[in-house]
Amino acid sequence: MKPMFSYKKVSKSYDELEVLKEVDLDIEQGEKVALIGPSGSGKTTFARLLMTLEEPTSGVIEVDGEPLWHEKKNGTLVKASEKHLRSMRGNIGMVFQHFHLFKHMTVLQNVMEAPVTVLGFSKDKAMELSKSMLDKVGLADKLEEYPANLSGGQKQRVAIARALVMKPKIMIFDEPTSALDPELVGEVLEVIKEIAKEGDMAMLLITHEMDFARDIADRVVFFDEGKIVEQGSPEKIFNQPETPRLQAFLDRFNSR
Amino acid sequence: MWDWNFTISILPEILSALKITVLATVTSFFFALILGLILTMLSRVRIKSIAMITRKFIDFVRNTPLLVQLYFIFYVFPQYGVALEPFTAGVIGLGMHYSTYLSEVYRGGIEAIPEGQWEAAKALNFDRANTWTKIILPQAIPPIIPVLGNYLIVMFKETPLLSAITLVEILQTAKTIGANSFRYLEAFTIVGVLFLLLSYPSSRLIRSLELRLNKNR
Ligand SMILES: Nc1ncnc2c1ncn2[C@@H]1O[C@H](COP(=O)(O)OP(=O)(O)O)[C@@H](O)[C@H]1O
Ligand SMILES: [Mg+2]
Repeated sequence: MKPMFSYKKVSKSYDELEVLKEVDLDIEQGEKVALIGPSGSGKTTFARLLMTLEEPTSGVIEVDGEPLWHEKKNGTLVKASEKHLRSMRGNIGMVFQHFHLFKHMTVLQNVMEAPVTVLGFSKDKAMELSKSMLDKVGLADKLEEYPANLSGGQKQRVAIARALVMKPKIMIFDEPTSALDPELVGEVLEVIKEIAKEGDMAMLLITHEMDFARDIADRVVFFDEGKIVEQGSPEKIFNQPETPRLQAFLDRFNSR
Repeated sequence: MWDWNFTISILPEILSALKITVLATVTSFFFALILGLILTMLSRVRIKSIAMITRKFIDFVRNTPLLVQLYFIFYVFPQYGVALEPFTAGVIGLGMHYSTYLSEVYRGGIEAIPEGQWEAAKALNFDRANTWTKIILPQAIPPIIPVLGNYLIVMFKETPLLSAITLVEILQTAKTIGANSFRYLEAFTIVGVLFLLLSYPSSRLIRSLELRLNKNR
């Protein structure tokens, strides 16, 4: 079977600095992939390439067999137009470490703006859909609040509902709990776990919460210095790490 | 000494000139608001040549005197077949000149919006136009309203320059009255008081608007 998302020899450099080095990775439809690794190893950059926030220096990313950053013109691959990028972007959603809620909109408006503006849904339909998403993340009683009046955990749950309502085929979570006070981490992880159970949507989850990764991931990918060093089932990665680098990384975590 | 009867007799003429002055100010201001925003966006487009030409235009307009620009529009354009009424020429000149200043104000407001807002909009697949109108501008503009409003007052106080292109604005009217009657005190005093009476409440109004628009932030 063809993978839904596919990185093929993808590299990314900022000037001299080579952040990703010919990375290959396939993600199946509905597959939950956890990305772990030391800070600075390129995890965020890897995810941002898929969200089209950053352009690869070389290599190809495919979504459902179609190149994301390129389009075919007269048989050759050329740089994608904004139109092509927009047509592909709808497949991908992202939840950011720092939420990035729209500060001038209420919770409900944050969630329903894109369905109305981008998908062209009627206000009624978008509102109904948004309310049910906000209900799912436990915020049905905060519809009219502004982001400034929410806790970090609540903000992140709004951001999750906002991304979810667009029904992407894959959802990227980039350290969704790293900016939160410790007592608020649990409520966000709980919500992500619930969503993971529902199935169809793939996930690319960057996290330092190892228990959580073990819980929801089908596959764990260990990143170091811009490369995938080791990958496999959570049991294999966490119980029988093969490479010394992964062992050292996990040891550092367990000793904390 | 101050002559009340004379004051009252010249008031209607000054007030009708005031109407023109205020109308020219407000029209120029709205023109500047729109042109300023367009300039800001053009100076940010990804097509480098357009962005560069826009920035050069802004620099050029800012670094030449408004009076010269007014003369050009009013006296030189007609030689190339574009003859404008004093009012229209004044609005274009004053509006264009200040649009370059307002464009800087917009730029400041836009650059204050965190990168994450653009990225969130992109992740939700907003197109460029909707990103601007739904996400960026609604956040960028409320904080700069006081500064924009200040420019309205600055422009109001610049209107006497429009007399140079024969627009019958308020100061020119006062001067003419003075010249004809050999009484300058009343006419110029009225003008000063009128400027004050309009500028001061305007600045209060801007302040209250600012408070209302920013209440949820
Ligand atoms: N926009 C950028 N410009 C220059 N260097 C960057 C940029 N973004 C990331 N980097 C660098 O790329 C490397 C990988 O960063 P990142 O992908 O954020 O890693 P991680 O998410 O694993 O911590 C870091 O060394 C970082 O400093
Ligand atoms: Mg990161």
